[in-house]
Amino acid sequence: MDTLPVASGAGAEPLTPAQLRELYSLMVAVRHLDTSAIAWQRQGIIPGYAPELGQEAAQVGSGYAVDTTRDFVFPTYREMGVARTMGVDMVAYMSTHKATWHGGLYNPMESRLAPIQAVVAGSVLHAVGWAHGQTLAGTADGKLGVALTYFGDGASSQGDVHEALNFAAVMKAPVVFFVQNNGWAISVPTERQVAGGSVAARAAGYGMPALQIDGDDVVAVVEATRRAFAHARAGNGPVLIEAMTYRRGPHSTSDDPGRYRSLDEERDGAGADPLERFRQRLLADGIADEAFFAEALAAAKAEEEQIRTGIQALGSRPGTEMFDLVFQETTPALQAQAANWREESEHV
Amino acid sequence: MSNSILEGAAAAGPARSAAATTTAATTTVMSMQQALNRALDEVLAENPQAVIFGEDCGRLGGVFRITDGLQAKHGEQRVFDTPLAESGILGMSVGLAMAGFHPIPEVQFDGFAYPAINQIVCQIARMNYRSRGTMPMPITLRVPSFGGIRAPEHHGESLEALFAHVPGLKVVSPSNPHEAYHLLKYAATRPDPVIFMEPKSRYWQKGDVDLAHCDADGGDPTGAKVMREGRHLTLVAWGAMVARCLQVAELAAEDGIDIEVLDLRWLKPIDAEALAASVRKTRRAVVVHEAPLTSGLGAEVAQLITQSCFDTLKAPVERVTGFDVPYPSGDLEDEYIPNIDRILFGIQRVLEYKRG
Repeated sequence: MDTLPVASGAGAEPLTPAQLRELYSLMVAVRHLDTSAIAWQRQGIIPGYAPELGQEAAQVGSGYAVDTTRDFVFPTYREMGVARTMGVDMVAYMSTHKATWHGGLYNPMESRLAPIQAVVAGSVLHAVGWAHGQTLAGTADGKLGVALTYFGDGASSQGDVHEALNFAAVMKAPVVFFVQNNGWAISVPTERQVAGGSVAARAAGYGMPALQIDGDDVVAVVEATRRAFAHARAGNGPVLIEAMTYRRGPHSTSDDPGRYRSLDEERDGAGADPLERFRQRLLADGIADEAFFAEALAAAKAEEEQIRTGIQALGSRPGTEMFDLVFQETTPALQAQAANWREESEHV
Repeated sequence: MSNSILEGAAAAGPARSAAATTTAATTTVMSMQQALNRALDEVLAENPQAVIFGEDCGRLGGVFRITDGLQAKHGEQRVFDTPLAESGILGMSVGLAMAGFHPIPEVQFDGFAYPAINQIVCQIARMNYRSRGTMPMPITLRVPSFGGIRAPEHHGESLEALFAHVPGLKVVSPSNPHEAYHLLKYAATRPDPVIFMEPKSRYWQKGDVDLAHCDADGGDPTGAKVMREGRHLTLVAWGAMVARCLQVAELAAEDGIDIEVLDLRWLKPIDAEALAASVRKTRRAVVVHEAPLTSGLGAEVAQLITQSCFDTLKAPVERVTGFDVPYPSGDLEDEYIPNIDRILFGIQRVLEYKRG
């Protein structure tokens, strides 16, 4: 499905060979960090993790379209690939899975990535508010900062998603709604989640253009997201992209997919591995060779080691932060509680 | 009220005059609706990042006309209507705050805050914390609150205990036009989320508003305020119940009972020092609220008083409140909301309390 006017994003430069190789390197880095994080959890380095195995193309491709000088991204708890692509400090990002701080330790304002948060669909409305703020503030060149918000097929059932789509369309807010339809909301498959079978099809009801794309084709994802950004940036209002992909791993390290899907079903549903597909394409097009792939993997391994070392070196945050970060202007009651805690705590 | 109550009151005497009020050239008579409208007008003029929005806030000026004329004066960019969805209004506020605005959303009636609870509790209240202080939420959520206007269901709720229980929120309620003007101006310049509970039954009551100063000391209106000084018992109230407690105090004075009325104003943070100062003097307290009794804010007030004044209290702190029932229809409203008689009975129970 593609109801986005062709004019949007027309004339966009095709991806250069260097950019294609960069996309591959990012996907390998994300794949390696993602699978390593599962191992970290098994080794007791982190208490839990929500893997995005199989969604590398959707996440790297969409994150690649972001202009971090003026756009803002609103993630769920499963957008590690987006964060990495945007250049977020990954020790600070992964600290949320170390149970160091819920939102992660990265600075969301500087990173242009809102804090990680666990309420499904919770941040979709924030994107609409931020985007409307861009319209209210205006820009000298008439090109708006765009809010990119992520949610999944499960979250599409939430009322907040409906409210966000409607608000954005009514206000013509520069938002790109990026749905990763990965087939599963923990144990419930899309066919028992999404009436009508497609989130993208719902956009028509809001008078909003939509694209349903192969979310495992990183080039298609970059191109679609860039077109959507161009449309929103020019003040034409929001766009919805439904990237069809597959959650190859468990919902989280606490999940057991064996209880709701067989390995055969998993293989059939997942289709070809997006990373391998891209590798074959780069080889066939003569854009990269085995030496490049080996180099990219080695770089990914070195990067993971560095992040793991950083994560292991992370101590707990001082308990005073529990009290100090609630308000900008603290209260006497909170100060009194902090004082009691200090007095009665042996750790301080 | 029977004179027998006097027996329980130590050194009963004539009521003292109300707290001194300054009458200056800056004082004018306004209804609470006018005072709130003026406060918002000034906030918009003084802070270019302030934006007002909600259901029917724009062209109509709100169903209570609190935003009357503001869109015409400040433009559709500053004062605008949203689609009819409270979660959307509050979720949008979060994003606007992230983008550097000072959102002043309105939820049309108290009971309509329930559909937005997820955004208020899970998002607005926590974003400063989650973001480690890098994304403050300077959101002033105006909620026409409490009962007393014979309105349909969900139009007469008292949500203060619910909001006050949520870490990250502050809660305030004005009791008269003067307080409304100053508390709203103050709340709307804070860097933290404030739930501003407007007593809708008092919107059309007029009163003196001194535009220059809120309190006699000229400081910020951050704590509770003694609205009437007295020696025998402290009535603690907020919102519409303050005016009722002042009425009760006048009636009790006829019997020689000298009652102090403390307007709590801030329901979070509660001014524990003001409670202590008042009850240390009067040694008796009754807390009055419209919300249901169980786990209402009266329990918190009673505990704070007990903690600071246990040794000198003459009687347990009494609560005169709504009941643990869904807010009733207009016909039964007066049976539910604490009325003068029920407050007087509460006072009597405290004054007649005998130890052992």
